[in-house]
Amino acid sequence: MFLYYFDLALRSFRSARGLTALMVLTIAMGIGASMTTLTTFRALSGDPLPGHSDTVLRVHLDAARRESASPGREPDSQLTRFDAEALLRDRHALRQAAMAGGEVSVEPAPDAPGALKPFTSSARYTTADFFAMFDVPFLFGHAWTAADDADKAAVVVLSKEFNEKVFGGADSTGRTLRFDNGDYRVIGVIDAWQPVPYFFDLNVGRYRKTEGVFMPLPLAIERHLGNNGSISCWGDNSTPDFRALDAPCSWLQYWAQVRSPADRQAYLDYLTQYSAQQHAAGRFERAPNPRAHPVMEWLSVQQVVPSDVRLQLWLAFGFLAVCLVNTVGLLLAKCLRRAPEIGVRRALGASRREVFAQFLVEAGTIGLAGGALGLVFSWIGVWLVHRGTQSGAQWVHMDVQTFVSTFVLAVGATLLAGLVPAWRACDVSPASQLKAS
Amino acid sequence: MLQLRPILSTLRRHRTAALLIVLEIALTCAIVCNAVFLISNRIERLQFPSGLADGELVYASTHSIGRDEESPANTRIDLAALRAIPGVRSVAIVNEIPYGNESENTGLNLAPGQKAPTIEVSTYRFDVGGIDTLGLRLVAGRDFKPDEILDGREVDKSSDPQLPSAIVARAVAERLFPGRDPIGQVIYLWGDHPTRVVGVVDRLVRPQPRKDDANDLYSVLLPVRQTFNAGMYMLRTEPGRREAVLQAAKAALDRKDGRRVAGDSGLFSDLRGDFYRADVSMVWLLAGVCAALLVVTAFGIVGLASFWVQQRTRMIGTRRALGATRGQVLRYFQTENLLLTSAGIALGMLGAYAINQWLMTQYELPRLPFPYLPLGALMLWSLGQLAVLAPARRAAALPPAYAMRGLAD
Repeated sequence: MFLYYFDLALRSFRSARGLTALMVLTIAMGIGASMTTLTTFRALSGDPLPGHSDTVLRVHLDAARRESASPGREPDSQLTRFDAEALLRDRHALRQAAMAGGEVSVEPAPDAPGALKPFTSSARYTTADFFAMFDVPFLFGHAWTAADDADKAAVVVLSKEFNEKVFGGADSTGRTLRFDNGDYRVIGVIDAWQPVPYFFDLNVGRYRKTEGVFMPLPLAIERHLGNNGSISCWGDNSTPDFRALDAPCSWLQYWAQVRSPADRQAYLDYLTQYSAQQHAAGRFERAPNPRAHPVMEWLSVQQVVPSDVRLQLWLAFGFLAVCLVNTVGLLLAKCLRRAPEIGVRRALGASRREVFAQFLVEAGTIGLAGGALGLVFSWIGVWLVHRGTQSGAQWVHMDVQTFVSTFVLAVGATLLAGLVPAWRACDVSPASQLKAS
Repeated sequence: MLQLRPILSTLRRHRTAALLIVLEIALTCAIVCNAVFLISNRIERLQFPSGLADGELVYASTHSIGRDEESPANTRIDLAALRAIPGVRSVAIVNEIPYGNESENTGLNLAPGQKAPTIEVSTYRFDVGGIDTLGLRLVAGRDFKPDEILDGREVDKSSDPQLPSAIVARAVAERLFPGRDPIGQVIYLWGDHPTRVVGVVDRLVRPQPRKDDANDLYSVLLPVRQTFNAGMYMLRTEPGRREAVLQAAKAALDRKDGRRVAGDSGLFSDLRGDFYRADVSMVWLLAGVCAALLVVTAFGIVGLASFWVQQRTRMIGTRRALGATRGQVLRYFQTENLLLTSAGIALGMLGAYAINQWLMTQYELPRLPFPYLPLGALMLWSLGQLAVLAPARRAAALPPAYAMRGLAD
């Protein structure tokens, strides 16, 4: 029966080629636009730490001056060195790491591939737990230890891309890397690892490539290596060195991992207690006001997805709505015009249900064709996104889920659009139609 | 207008189809009105002037490995080498430039010991002559004098730097001293030492302008001389020689003896272009969606009108036989379309207003200005009339005898 309806649908398309093409094209454009924007949105708002994004927490304390307080606003999202070191010493969570973005000038060894000139690389100064907490995969070697942090060991972990550039992709553990007039021993190389968004430090770029060099934070502080990111100071006079232990400047990101989401409250209580102590000691002028946001909550508080991407998503679905209304209208007009044909079918014994089914199959077929063409349009759309200006666009990809949802959306939408015409069609009274013709 | 009654009664018999086309026009109207408003907003942002001589500037930078060498002597050598490049009019070194990544900001007070700053400003560090090099327009007062210039390294190391003078942007002067002469007024920038305003420049945008209002123009120039590790060279070139100057400047800074790494460099207008690239592509995207919406809607109208013409062949024939002219049949369909479009527009206006309300809460957008509504209406009316013209003419061209018998094709 289905095949027969399908055949009828094809016949009807043939009798109105231009109109059918128009309907398919309209659906395809709507589907293409919405799938492209949806794919972009999903890529840019994804979970960068699948599996434990709900136990990894971004810590804020409220250490700034009283008079700059504005009620209801999120406290400063970064910590002072004093507070970061105090929390690290307490080791209250399962894992914890303080970190800052940086920039180093690398002098490649003479045997580096392609006779590399000195170049600047992004760097991350952090503490030992960083790698375990963020699930960083290793290609060669391993991370450094808490003891290395304490000893200010001159060790570095390199990104895969950096290792390829400087050491030609070989196992470089044990080799020496020279930057900013210091020598550092390579102890590990990270495998392909690209968090999207770059959640742990949004100030160095919300969507950016993984930094090239990772090294112990205490050593980077001691050697005054170049900082990259946001520094906010609130002293009465300008502060000559924001890295000083007692500097009233927030510049470090602090992350902690708890055992289960239920432990978050206990950790927050600990932060409140710490803030109260600091308040009592006179260091914090404001009442305790800490935050411990799990990854996805942190990303939403920071409104990490660009507002333009959201706007494009709404725009595309608005466009799809217009396309659908348009298709309903055209399907309806088409079916009204075919009233005599329906009359004949009904008179020859087709039930209302059968007529209804026939028209739904026809609508669904248009949806299927629209979906197929829409998929092509989505591919073109994603290609355009790649060439476009949105940061992070290189990580936007069509996946199986998008592929399937394109068709579900297309067929579902046209079936929905076909309901009204199909209902009207099965309502045709055979007698009057036969008489009229 | 005599025809209104038959049109209305016909539409009543095709309620669903009529409703759909009205809905489609309403959606299109609501979206297009807001999209066009967004486009004009973005274009306004794109035209926000920097205050600099955009088309004649080249920027270039370098730094020493480890940034530990802070030699003013090397900076002087760089400056001399850059000034010697053919086609260079003058060279300055500054700490930050519009659309660049560096940005130094501070609170500005009008009294010593003030708790909350009056406004927040971006602080540009300039040497003597920097104003001319960047193409800023001095509208009152004077440029810095050589004896006012501080050493940038000293300023950064000091916990209590004393700034003798400052030049403010006009927006700052108007905000702080409305109706008064800003020259000679005292402001407090980094502490409780008074700083005297000695000049006013017409306009200088902050490094990362975003909202395009006065806030983005709160810039203050300080008499501080930077060294190459903490600065950016700005080269004012003769018209049309920027590319050559840029290449020469990069070569001049890549000195074999110094252990240096090349920093950012390029044409200032390109830097500005990159800063606004996302806005430009958003404008094209919005324009594309508007065009697609209008085309889809137009085809929807054509499709539906064509069917109605076919369906009403008999009625048209009867009317023609009873003496209706072709013009009257044409006008019948045109009037019908006008009615449908008007209903759609009325509904669409409400929708446009609702979408705008929502956008205002989400995107810090201003209210949709009233002229957009009649303009949008006019656009859709024209679109509707254009789209219905072909089917209506086909209807009018039907020979009455054929039409009577219901032979449309």
